[in-house]
Amino acid sequence: MPGVATVYRWELFKLRHQKRTYLGLGIAILVPILFVLAVHLRRHHERGGGFAFSDYVDKSGLAIPLVVLLFGAIWLFPLIAALVAGDIFASEDHNGTLKTILTRSLERWQLFVGKTLVAASYAVFAILLCGTVAVIAGSLQSGFNPLQSLSGTIVSAPKALALVYVSLLLYLIPIAAIVCIGLLLSSVTRNSAAAVVGTLMVSLLFQLIGILPGLGGLQPYLLSTQFNAWQGLLRTPIDWSPIIQAVWVCAIYAAAAIGTAFLVFIRRDVAGG
Amino acid sequence: MTEDAPPIEVRGLVKRYGELTAVAGVDLTVRAGDVYGYLGPNGAGKTTSLRMMLGLITPTAGTIRLFGKDPTQSVHALAGVAGFVEAPTFYPYLTARRNLQMMAAFDGGDARDRVIDALETVELTGRADDRVGGYSHGMRQRLGIAAALLRDPKLLLLDEPATGLDPAGMRDMRLLIRRLADQGMTVLLSSHLMNEVEELCNRVAIVRSGRIVYEGEISALKRGASTAYRLETTDDDRALAVCRAQAGIVDVKREAGHITFSADEAAVAPLSQALVESGALIRAMAPQTVTLEDLFFSFTEGDAVQEPAATADAAVTTTQVAH
Repeated sequence: MPGVATVYRWELFKLRHQKRTYLGLGIAILVPILFVLAVHLRRHHERGGGFAFSDYVDKSGLAIPLVVLLFGAIWLFPLIAALVAGDIFASEDHNGTLKTILTRSLERWQLFVGKTLVAASYAVFAILLCGTVAVIAGSLQSGFNPLQSLSGTIVSAPKALALVYVSLLLYLIPIAAIVCIGLLLSSVTRNSAAAVVGTLMVSLLFQLIGILPGLGGLQPYLLSTQFNAWQGLLRTPIDWSPIIQAVWVCAIYAAAAIGTAFLVFIRRDVAGG
Repeated sequence: MTEDAPPIEVRGLVKRYGELTAVAGVDLTVRAGDVYGYLGPNGAGKTTSLRMMLGLITPTAGTIRLFGKDPTQSVHALAGVAGFVEAPTFYPYLTARRNLQMMAAFDGGDARDRVIDALETVELTGRADDRVGGYSHGMRQRLGIAAALLRDPKLLLLDEPATGLDPAGMRDMRLLIRRLADQGMTVLLSSHLMNEVEELCNRVAIVRSGRIVYEGEISALKRGASTAYRLETTDDDRALAVCRAQAGIVDVKREAGHITFSADEAAVAPLSQALVESGALIRAMAPQTVTLEDLFFSFTEGDAVQEPAATADAAVTTTQVAH
């Protein structure tokens, strides 16, 4: 009997044949390259000027992926994650194909789980791709050199590389919550553009709340704050508290969003298409 | 699949959307081997009923059984069942072959072995590797049939399969459905194309405003309707008097240049003799064939029939309104 694995395999196949897939991956590749290019031009034309972490990126190419992570939290990674998560249910409504696949031999929960796993897989792949491109481009630009931690200690290049990838993995925790919000909006709005833009807006809203005066007490519980949890890895000794905080805060956001999305998808009447 | 359970058994099916009642208590039974026409004007609730039968919409009330199983509870009730509602839909960026391969994967079992045969059956082999986005409406309809055939169905539910097709496409679709029915498939055909239903179906349900106003054999329906005749004579005044006096002749009306009346076949021969004997010689006397379309309009327009639950046994009485 077909199951979740069948759905997962064919959803991946469909993803490979859609333009938006490559749009997201293209952004994931292009942004670190453009960033490295900007660093390169700045070094030649504006020597002495700088931005936050500019000292880091000049000394080690391994700082590049970390800086991309830092700035990507605002819109880059939420957008990449939302491109697929926001589309994966809504596109079935757009194409009218939900009725086609729901009258085969698959239960609705199997379709839901398969699609959810594919949206999550895409986000994982895109972030690891972006990080890897940043590592390669950064190393070509500034060298595969030891990295200075946020506590000021020097970390050897191989260990720094490992820290970069663990940071990327930790970054996936808030991204998972973003994916779940994208899936929720996709199943509720049944409109791909609304779901993608809506997911991005939710992400930006968290950023906005974080900078509003008087709302500092909310900061530890905002999704946007959890995008910085990986920085705990770059302290000596490692600061686990933001990481642990990110795990449970994001779990709450993710569970609420995915649980609602599941109920909506399971119970909905497929009256269109 | 439960042995001896009818392919479709629907009882008291209701679907409400807030104040709007889309389906208002439908009862129907489709028996094995039937080619069953589900007739009604647009907005009568046909598609909503079919969506409920396929488990796409949850009924507000009532029961549905497909071969004895409830499709609202599990997709396993759709074993041996296939079809489509409204226009069949596919992923436009994939080829027809890939679409069917995906459907086959979602069906499981040996469905994947049927992809090539299904494409051949609907005569799409030559375009199988083209993206569906470039397909015409007719090709998509045929691909919809192919996707249904992958499931090796015993019951096929088709919603307006010929809608939007050109005359040749409609003919091909009818031939295809006829061929599938001849192979022993039970077919539920939702349509508002009377000639299509009349040509293909042995039984019909006529639905109006979400209610069944007739269910039964087409032949019984037509048999039950009094046959209308058109009469032209050399002396219409005298003929009119003879007709009105003759037993078994009803609804006699004089119209421009001719007379119309209704009668059973057995009453017509004595009338001919009476006319000749009266001196009103017959120029022409021909039955005006009652079409399914006539009967359909009699059920679905005006106030002729508003109450549901006319059954096959009751066909004769309910169809008196046809003329």
